[in-house]
Amino acid sequence: MPAVQETVERVKAIDVEQYKYGFETTIEMDKAPKGLNEDIVRLISSKKGEPEWMTEWRLEAFRRWQTMREPKWARVNYPPIDYQELYYYAAPKKNPAPKSLDEVDPEILKTYEKLGIPLREQEILAGVEGAGSRVAVDAVFDSVSVVTTFKEELKKAGVIFCSISEAIREYPELVRKYLGSVVPVSDNFFATLNSAVFTDGSFVYIPEGVRCPMELSTYFRINERNTGQFERTLIIADKGSYVSYLEGCTAPARDENQLHAAVVELIALDDAEIKYSTVQNWYPGDAEGKGGVYNFVTKRGDCRGANSKISWTQVETGSAITWKYPSCILRGDNSRGEFYSIAISNGYQQVDSGTKMIHLGKNTTSRIISKGIAAGRSENTYRGLVSAHRKASGARNFTNCDSLLIGDKCGAHTVPYIESKNASAVFEHEATTSKISDDQMFYCLQRGLDEEEAVALIVNGFVKDVLQQLPMEFAVEAQKLISISLEGSVG
Amino acid sequence: MAEITPIRTAAEVALVERFEDLKDKLPGSGEIARGRDEAFALIAAAGLPNRRVEEWKYTDLRSAVREAAPLAERPADAAALVDKGRAFAKVDAVRLSFANGHLVAERSDLAALPAGVTVTPLAAALAEGHPLLAEMGKVAVAKGNFALALNSAFMMDGALIKVAAGTAVDKALHLRFVNGGASPFATAPRIVILVEDGASVTVHESHEGVGTAAYQANSVVEIVAGNGTTITHARLNAEQADAIALSTLAVTLGAEAKLTSLGAVTGGSLSRHQVFLAFAGEHSSLTLGGATMLRGRQHADTTLVVDHAVPHCDSRELFKTVIDGEATGVFQGKIIVRPDAQKTDGRMMSAALLLSETATMNNKPELEIFADDVQCAHGATCGELDDDLLFYLTARGLPRAVAEALLVQAFLGEALELVEDEAVREELVARAEGWLGERT
Repeated sequence: MPAVQETVERVKAIDVEQYKYGFETTIEMDKAPKGLNEDIVRLISSKKGEPEWMTEWRLEAFRRWQTMREPKWARVNYPPIDYQELYYYAAPKKNPAPKSLDEVDPEILKTYEKLGIPLREQEILAGVEGAGSRVAVDAVFDSVSVVTTFKEELKKAGVIFCSISEAIREYPELVRKYLGSVVPVSDNFFATLNSAVFTDGSFVYIPEGVRCPMELSTYFRINERNTGQFERTLIIADKGSYVSYLEGCTAPARDENQLHAAVVELIALDDAEIKYSTVQNWYPGDAEGKGGVYNFVTKRGDCRGANSKISWTQVETGSAITWKYPSCILRGDNSRGEFYSIAISNGYQQVDSGTKMIHLGKNTTSRIISKGIAAGRSENTYRGLVSAHRKASGARNFTNCDSLLIGDKCGAHTVPYIESKNASAVFEHEATTSKISDDQMFYCLQRGLDEEEAVALIVNGFVKDVLQQLPMEFAVEAQKLISISLEGSVG
Repeated sequence: MAEITPIRTAAEVALVERFEDLKDKLPGSGEIARGRDEAFALIAAAGLPNRRVEEWKYTDLRSAVREAAPLAERPADAAALVDKGRAFAKVDAVRLSFANGHLVAERSDLAALPAGVTVTPLAAALAEGHPLLAEMGKVAVAKGNFALALNSAFMMDGALIKVAAGTAVDKALHLRFVNGGASPFATAPRIVILVEDGASVTVHESHEGVGTAAYQANSVVEIVAGNGTTITHARLNAEQADAIALSTLAVTLGAEAKLTSLGAVTGGSLSRHQVFLAFAGEHSSLTLGGATMLRGRQHADTTLVVDHAVPHCDSRELFKTVIDGEATGVFQGKIIVRPDAQKTDGRMMSAALLLSETATMNNKPELEIFADDVQCAHGATCGELDDDLLFYLTARGLPRAVAEALLVQAFLGEALELVEDEAVREELVARAEGWLGERT
């Protein structure tokens, strides 16, 4: 059982204070002054070379944001964030627009190497396994897209995969039509903040009838001290198209908390399918719960067309605070939403995550599988909404959220909201919370596994349903992350 | 950033005025009056609960309560009013009757109480500062609750019931609340039942409306159960169709104690039954059940908070809701397992059956767990009658309406079977059948 052994060894070797990805790369940064006001918003907009309408859009969001209050309903505690103490813009100083990996600052490449991001590896892999399993990477280093690979090949298929800033400049009509149409500017405090100051992110457009020839992938990295990262991702799958998008993140260790407030919007038109997978491993804070990333993310998909499908898969192992509810609006008839989640919290991490499935169209179906694992002194909450509107006849939902507790100092909570306004809508919800049963342990121990191996095996089995949903490229990394995240709690 | 200043509604303003007018006339002084002030301060500060308040998300009292009705005086014809009550009439029990929340001595078996049971009218107890009053407000998870605070501020009558240690009360106690009047009124009765170690008792509660005016009821029953006690409780809400009925059951359960409580709801335009239960001793078990039948524009809310504060306790919750017409059902259930409450076993199930296109069900089953060696699960379903089952029955010659009624009965039956007392169960089943019979 080498995989399990490796898991256990990693878990033993790494204590919470020794975050595997805890290092900082020193690259000169081009920074806007601290704080947030209309001038900063204008500065960001002009740095990005944005048209007038975009600047106005941002300003409107900023004005709206000033009237909003930070939401307090989530089961997370953190000291108040001083939004004027943050930097809202930081771009690595570099030669403009590198065309290939060779032109990229070797420091950045080294960072990726330390992270084990298989940027080059995947290129090799692609050669071996054929074009079908290729991965295009739009790497985000702090706030500006540095490298985009496979761009040409995607172009041949008609797929647009670029940074959002580039999209605003080059495809304004698409951006204008869809940006903010799923997550409105005034949606919530963090989304509004993001709308005002987002600096980068990815834009994907899959034209009608196209099956994206490769998995698209973005690695997020937060680097410079004190910069909040505000990503904006917009994915549009036109009629009959398919795309699988991977998002993965790691961050270096640091003393001060970092704010991350991303917005992801997915739009699936008739018969289109979007699969969005996330592996999140930002710095969770040290052994005392100090530091760590605050992750306030708004992710929402709109199944706008009939027979469309949006599937969210997430492996959440990092961040001091996770506030994240990838949702699906099932607007088109027969559309389908899926949410598969593994949320692991250890140390002093606080996770408040879940999903929303909003059934509006007829015969819409959704499925929620959430696995929460709480260890150490962490708090792990599933918070989800399933709702059927009056006209959503034939709506169907199945929800399963299981929690596993490791240790007696942690908490696992389940807060589902199930709202049905249609008699023919059938909703089923089940949730269980338990520890690893003595029977399971006994069975494993009796067969010669030691206690730690047994726990690793059982935990792997517990999350299997979700791991299976991840694309191959991510599954291996995710498995490693899970083992690292449970450091010190096993046994 | 802009602060939102809540604007007081007419009902909120009136509520404050009513309390100011009444507070010197309500029974009790000193400590008790201070308690009333404290409870009311909570209400005055927060106003009526609305959808922005998480615990009241689905039951917006601010918009439902248009005006604050005056607190009911003791009706002149209290005995006649109580006599109009029909609920649990066939059940052999010792009765305590309340007219608009006031204890009616001439219709209560105060002189024929079973051995070991003592009853003190609350109005008198408040006036004299009875020692049993100290048993009030013991459930931590109920603190700050609007309905409980409102009752604590306005409680005007009720009863303090004590079941002496080791007594197995052979006859059930029937708390019969009958409400009726010609003009709107509010009630705030309070019952405290102290069940001492080793005692067992059966309590039935019925709430009926017999008048013409819409009223606002807000009853609170507190049970303080000692070690080794057994308590069976059944509750019927057959309030008037236009009544707003809030009710609270707050229980503290000692070690090796057992409590079964079932609530049936058919009445009220807006009702909310809250159960707050705290386990205070190990190896206790709890069974909670509910059967709710709604139609028209009724709104019924069942809210539970089960607090596993100690290890080795079991809880089982089974709630069934049948919704017809444009009615709305709400179920909010929360199981809390405190850090030291190892070996807790909690299971909660809420099932709803929507009989019409315009019915609504809101389910919110919550788990809040801080201990690792526990087994907790909840389930929630909602949907319509199974077509296959209907087809099976209609294929065998049953008219559709009969087939539907049969299936609904079976659906509710599972919860109603939790009632141990045969006569009470039969009456509840009959009421369910009657409700189904009225379906068009």
